[in-house]
Amino acid sequence: MADNYRYIGKVVPRSDGRDIVTGGTLFLNDLPFRNLLYGKVLRSPHPHAVIKSIDTKKAEQLKGVRAIITYENVPDWKFGNPPIVHLLDRKVRYVGAAVAIVAAETESICQQALRLIEVEYEVLPAVFDEYEAMQPGAPQLYDQLTGNLLPLMAVNLGPTSATEIVTGDVEAGFAEADAVAEGSFGYDNIPNPIPMEPPGAVVHWEEPNRVTVWVSHQKVWLNKRILTIIFGEEVKVRVIVGPCGGSFGSKTMSWQVQCYAAALSKATGQPVKLCYSKEEQLACFVLRPATRINGKVGMKKDGTVTAVAGSWILGTGYYSMTMQTQLAVGCGEAMIAIRSKNWNLKPAIVCTNRNSSGIVRGFGGQELKCALIPLLSLAMEKLNLDPFEVLKKNFIKPGDGYYWRDAQWYNYRGIDYSPAMDQGAKVFGWKDKWKGWLKPTAVKGTKSIGVGVGIHGNADVGEDVGEAYVRIDNDGRIVIIQGLAEHGTGQRNNTLKVAAEVLQVPIENVSITPGDSLITPVEWGPAGSRGTYGILGAVIAAAEDAKKKLFELAAPMLGANNPEELDTADSVIWLKSNPQKSVTWKEVLHLRSVLGHGRFDADYTLANCMMSFVEVQVDTETGKLDVLRVVNTTDAGQIIDPQGLEGQLNGCLGSAGIDSAVFEETILDPSSGRILNANLIDYKWRTTAELPEIENVVMETPMGTHRFKAIGVGEISTSPGPSAVLMAASNAIGQWLHEYPVTPERVLKALGKTTGENRGGAR
Amino acid sequence: MRKHQINLTVNSQVYQLEVGTGQGRVNPSDTLSFTLRETLGLTGTKLSCDGGACGGCTVLMDGEAVLSCMLLTIECDGKIITTIEGLKDAKTGELDPLQQSFIDHTAFQCGYCTPGMIMSAKALLNENPAPTEAEVKKALSGNFCRCISHYQVVRAVMDATGKGR
Repeated sequence: MADNYRYIGKVVPRSDGRDIVTGGTLFLNDLPFRNLLYGKVLRSPHPHAVIKSIDTKKAEQLKGVRAIITYENVPDWKFGNPPIVHLLDRKVRYVGAAVAIVAAETESICQQALRLIEVEYEVLPAVFDEYEAMQPGAPQLYDQLTGNLLPLMAVNLGPTSATEIVTGDVEAGFAEADAVAEGSFGYDNIPNPIPMEPPGAVVHWEEPNRVTVWVSHQKVWLNKRILTIIFGEEVKVRVIVGPCGGSFGSKTMSWQVQCYAAALSKATGQPVKLCYSKEEQLACFVLRPATRINGKVGMKKDGTVTAVAGSWILGTGYYSMTMQTQLAVGCGEAMIAIRSKNWNLKPAIVCTNRNSSGIVRGFGGQELKCALIPLLSLAMEKLNLDPFEVLKKNFIKPGDGYYWRDAQWYNYRGIDYSPAMDQGAKVFGWKDKWKGWLKPTAVKGTKSIGVGVGIHGNADVGEDVGEAYVRIDNDGRIVIIQGLAEHGTGQRNNTLKVAAEVLQVPIENVSITPGDSLITPVEWGPAGSRGTYGILGAVIAAAEDAKKKLFELAAPMLGANNPEELDTADSVIWLKSNPQKSVTWKEVLHLRSVLGHGRFDADYTLANCMMSFVEVQVDTETGKLDVLRVVNTTDAGQIIDPQGLEGQLNGCLGSAGIDSAVFEETILDPSSGRILNANLIDYKWRTTAELPEIENVVMETPMGTHRFKAIGVGEISTSPGPSAVLMAASNAIGQWLHEYPVTPERVLKALGKTTGENRGGAR
Repeated sequence: MRKHQINLTVNSQVYQLEVGTGQGRVNPSDTLSFTLRETLGLTGTKLSCDGGACGGCTVLMDGEAVLSCMLLTIECDGKIITTIEGLKDAKTGELDPLQQSFIDHTAFQCGYCTPGMIMSAKALLNENPAPTEAEVKKALSGNFCRCISHYQVVRAVMDATGKGR
């Protein structure tokens, strides 16, 4: 297939590559501005407190300070679901909550001013554990919430959203099961995606109501929509998004950093830049949701899952922006991976006094899966079933369906991914390495090797809406008008590829506008692997529309009755029946251009799939776990960008993916509520010195998407790995490990070599 | 005697910077990364942790890799600094083989770690023009990359060394 294409599936250098390797790329903090002021945030040292008094007089007198804003003079801006989070509040709800914001001529004056602000707090009891937070008498974070429980409806998803999975008859399901397993399983180590570039924004508020926002973000239109909701419809918001130094979902939640800068700009009349430090990013920005299920599953001897029941607790920290949507998507993704007829899974979203959880690659489904697969594994062990076979059997097949995030039933019209899974198993050598539950693959001295497998799939590959225009100018050059930020996937380059392919022109002739909401139409932005189907789908449709309009102009010039009689390549149009008869684009477009429009409408009837196999080595003397090898297997329909795809799949390790099972965790001190490892030395991350071997198996079975038959898989590569590591580590040491990450102390405790009670140092 | 001027050679250009406060001067508390980015406008050097952990701000000082966020500019008097902007041929615009290799291998995703990665790799190749893969991995182990482009980076560096042999 790929050989018929000029650009699709071919290695094409990223058009932004030269800037990236020469330091010419202008990230947010590199942009030049005139009359720029800087902003900084004073943060709470207490996890739960009321501000009794706040005195900013000394700070105001410092030379170079231009504005100080507290809860007493902040604009009445609030957000969240429900919108109960004020930009600045008299009550603080986590260590790091914003107390005051300062604008000054330099960052260092800002820092000095923060030290001069005097705040008196009335400290309140705090709660950090989700189960404790739900108990009667627990500290309450908000007057509007009872029992620290948030409403489950995802209001942004429309009139309905999935708030649970209840279908069939679970009691009947358990009755027909050959084995039933139950227990409590969590994925609650709240790792941080930590994009390398910290969150930041520059905002210029021109009175009365014109606001321009430059921001490190992965979305353009949606961000404008969010800010308009916060500021009010009368405010004209323009959002400009340039290169984004990583996001992994998290920067979609940048409303606060933008609103701090906006409030300070509104107060001073000058543009204000506010960039988080790395410590603020780790302590006050987006964590993965903490999840735990208390569940029960029934399974037959042939691996059929007969019932899934239980509670699913989602810990969101001090507020939720999207946890309801993550819940809804997570439920749908559970149904895609587990073809059970009987479900009774009841979620709850709980607030506690810690930094908030939110959007991270895997978006609810990874969190649920990482807890569900260990539960399923107990049932498989009882029946002595091979987890590869059980996961393969239970993943969605043509003819099945699921309730998706809007609580509507969708009939799946995608492919059977079993051949991709079989191929992955073959490449990994699963049949040889799998020795049975809690049995190591090999033991050499103190080194014990084990294998595991995990799976994930997402029907958000066709989520939400987007539009694009494709303009063919009279010089034959092509401009794609689409609100798209480059956050690492190479998607902006891929828009050039598909437009060049549709119009059969050299890719050098195609460019794309900056992501600027003043110029670009509605486009949801990258999320849920929707780029390949949704974002490129809109560009393809716009390019086809532009081509049709071009042919309509050319047809009379070539004596054709109908544009379908024409074809084009390299800016020449000819009559298919008589290729000698031709006309150039230049002749057709004399003193004019054509503009094609394309739209993508949501389609939830397809799902992607990723299965990850891992081989780990555990040192039974020291407890250290090393990932030796990872094989990811998927079917992408048609590869668009081989090197970009490889990068996305290798991304399985980082951004709170596989390594959230190995060493990544955010450590919250339960006595103070402080995050103890909010820096890049104490928070552990993978380096080039410890790279496991990775192989990516990518099959290409044409999918029912757009003309290139491709489906996106990038987002989900982090999701199958963590539970696979837990499984592999358990098999390596012959003992169940059920907590993330698999630290040396947990391994040694499971082996009975320590009590595991020394954690936390001196007591 | 107190010195009131700092001499820096950055990308072959000589700068004489006065010590003091205000625009265009070097405050004694200014880090080298701050001076490069804010005073000289060389924003190709990236800041991420600003605490010596991530390698994003790596530049060459007298040919060796240093973390520019951990050095005070006043300590760098008389030093020769090369930043990412100084790697390509200033006259022809031709890229350093390492830079070209990063493009050829798409050895980046978001691109934020790339300047630091390339400068760390350049320092290695200055010292050891034909490193083994293990040596490349060791030399780059102080460079944070969250997209996980490490595999393509190692390949790009190895490929660039091959061309240099």
